[in-house]
Amino acid sequence: MAASLRCFLRSGKNTVSALQRRDFHRSAPAAVQMTVRDALNQAMDEELERDERVFLLGEEVAQYDGAYKVSRGLWKKYGDKRIIDTPISEINVLLQAGLRPICEFMTFNFSMQAIDQIINSAAKTYYMSAGLQSVPIVFRGPNGASAGVAAQHSQCFAAWYGHCPGLKVVSPWNSEDAKGLLKSAIRDENPVVVLENELLYGVPFEMSEEAQSKDFTIPIGKAKIERQGNSITLVAHSRYVGHCLDAAAVLAKEGIECEVINLRTIRPMDVETIETSVMKTNHLVTVEGGWPQFGIGAEICARIMEGPAFNYLDSPVTRVTGVDIPMPYAKILEDHSLPQVKDIIFSVKKTLNI
Amino acid sequence: MLATIASVFRVSAQRNGAALIMSARTFTDFTTQATFEIKKCDLFKLDEGPATQVVLTRDEGLQYYRTIQIMRRMELKADQLYKQKMIRGFCHLYDGQEACAVGLEASINLSDHLITAYRAHGYTYTRGGTVKEIMAELTGRRGGIAKGKGGSMHMYCKNFYGGNGIIGAQVPLGAGVALACKYLGNNELCVCLYGDGAANQGQIFETYNMAALWKLPVIFVCENNRYGMGTSVERAAASTDYYKRGEFIPGLRVDGMDVLCVREATRFAADHCRSGKGPILMELQTYRYHGHSMSDPGLRFLHLTDLMLQNNLKSTAHVRRSGKCAVRVTPSLC
Repeated sequence: MAASLRCFLRSGKNTVSALQRRDFHRSAPAAVQMTVRDALNQAMDEELERDERVFLLGEEVAQYDGAYKVSRGLWKKYGDKRIIDTPISEINVLLQAGLRPICEFMTFNFSMQAIDQIINSAAKTYYMSAGLQSVPIVFRGPNGASAGVAAQHSQCFAAWYGHCPGLKVVSPWNSEDAKGLLKSAIRDENPVVVLENELLYGVPFEMSEEAQSKDFTIPIGKAKIERQGNSITLVAHSRYVGHCLDAAAVLAKEGIECEVINLRTIRPMDVETIETSVMKTNHLVTVEGGWPQFGIGAEICARIMEGPAFNYLDSPVTRVTGVDIPMPYAKILEDHSLPQVKDIIFSVKKTLNI
Repeated sequence: MLATIASVFRVSAQRNGAALIMSARTFTDFTTQATFEIKKCDLFKLDEGPATQVVLTRDEGLQYYRTIQIMRRMELKADQLYKQKMIRGFCHLYDGQEACAVGLEASINLSDHLITAYRAHGYTYTRGGTVKEIMAELTGRRGGIAKGKGGSMHMYCKNFYGGNGIIGAQVPLGAGVALACKYLGNNELCVCLYGDGAANQGQIFETYNMAALWKLPVIFVCENNRYGMGTSVERAAASTDYYKRGEFIPGLRVDGMDVLCVREATRFAADHCRSGKGPILMELQTYRYHGHSMSDPGLRFLHLTDLMLQNNLKSTAHVRRSGKCAVRVTPSLC
């Protein structure tokens, strides 16, 4: 004790920083690269630790470490009680009274088997019981197209779940989105659908220091402007935010500055951010992976038309969507059934009449 | 006149006053309980079943009778209000099946959990709702148990999860409640009800699997009232032995028209669950005295005629009003 005190007084700052360096958590560098998968894993780990009532159930989430390895290590850490492998029964027991379950769907395509429970039991119960029975449940899993998994495994459910009052629906893009939105979803008293994307699981993104903290949450219902611009507004969610940013980089070389908005939340949708942007840029293109009819883009168009931003539009809104067909298998067909960067560039130029 | 009476009393007081007074009263005042022999339950994958000799105390008997009568009156009044168009939409009445609700509640605690389908008015009452709250809900008033937002099929109260409109959907929910009971380690159980029509739903079999796999403290109760809407069980089910449908879950077939049978069977089932043995299935054989819902005139039910003939009643309306189904009434307890 005396020795270290003398050491401290002699070397001052160096010793203090040496002492601090022993605490690895606090001495982490400003930003790290983290994959979406690890961000989701970290979010669940932190929430499981924070609240005893939180637990995870789904197919292969425990001993298999998760079908897409999102729940890797959690079963080893928390055991059978908190991480539960379920049989292939999507109607996974839902009403865990007083608990806060995270239900993993191996993909959201399988959620259709349980969609009655999600809508009629989870979404509507709080209203039907006049506030007596809340349902603080999270449904999460990969949504939308993957690679070569064909028609029955490639559907995007953003519009389906976004349609229903009583549900909150989020669609993260990068690692910060994934961690922040999942944590908010787990802490929310309402049923929340978290639409992840399988192709993004392995993609590393920068995680700011703030995002690495155990209490980092992103508010549900707020979009984020990923890139500032004043020529045109691009609105997207999930994977297509990345595509929009790529398109924006190409268009910037031609002097077109795109403002890219990451929706983050499908329901409740942050229309104000879109309106403010449209009132600045006067042009709008929406990008989504789902089918065009009754989709996210359709809703954005309707809301813009109904609000003040309509008077600022210099041309009609263009929707870039998945092609209106069941997803084909052959790679070249599949690639052309989903929005590509060149489709976004084409739509921007068409909207700007270039 | 008074003088004569007074002299009689004076005389009897001198002789065997107490004996005279005793003979003037009924037997009731000196019996606080009675023993009954009840029907034996059919068993499936069980070595022994509920008791067949049961004791019913006077207080219990009166309480069951009162509850059953209130439920009966409430349902008949709802029928009337529906016809007067004060109740809209769906209205599925529970009259005839009162013994099930009362018998079940007699053997569980209010701290246990219960979930059922849409024929829920009776359970809303036994679980703690008041008649006023129920009627206000049916007529869409603010004072309703769900503030008028739920209606007939969506009534909730503490530890009662409705009132569910989608057939069979409440069964996975019930297992979920049981999962929570096990998770929280509070020695509570969940009674999860469904009908003979719902028994053919796939999600119920998925639930049987998970409940048995994880040994959840859930009592599955099939209220077999012999008709799924208008379809009799013989026309809907390949096997009408609903108590055997759990395959790997032990089952009981109980006379659902006798409140004591239901009470004993539930007591047996609750012990089974609380001892950690996992789920158990009870089939309660019962009748409903109305059609499936108020849109169904219910004229096709032969069993009402049976009951009429059995009980020498003048008409089926008498069967409904008589409370004949529900409780075993013996003169000594009145």
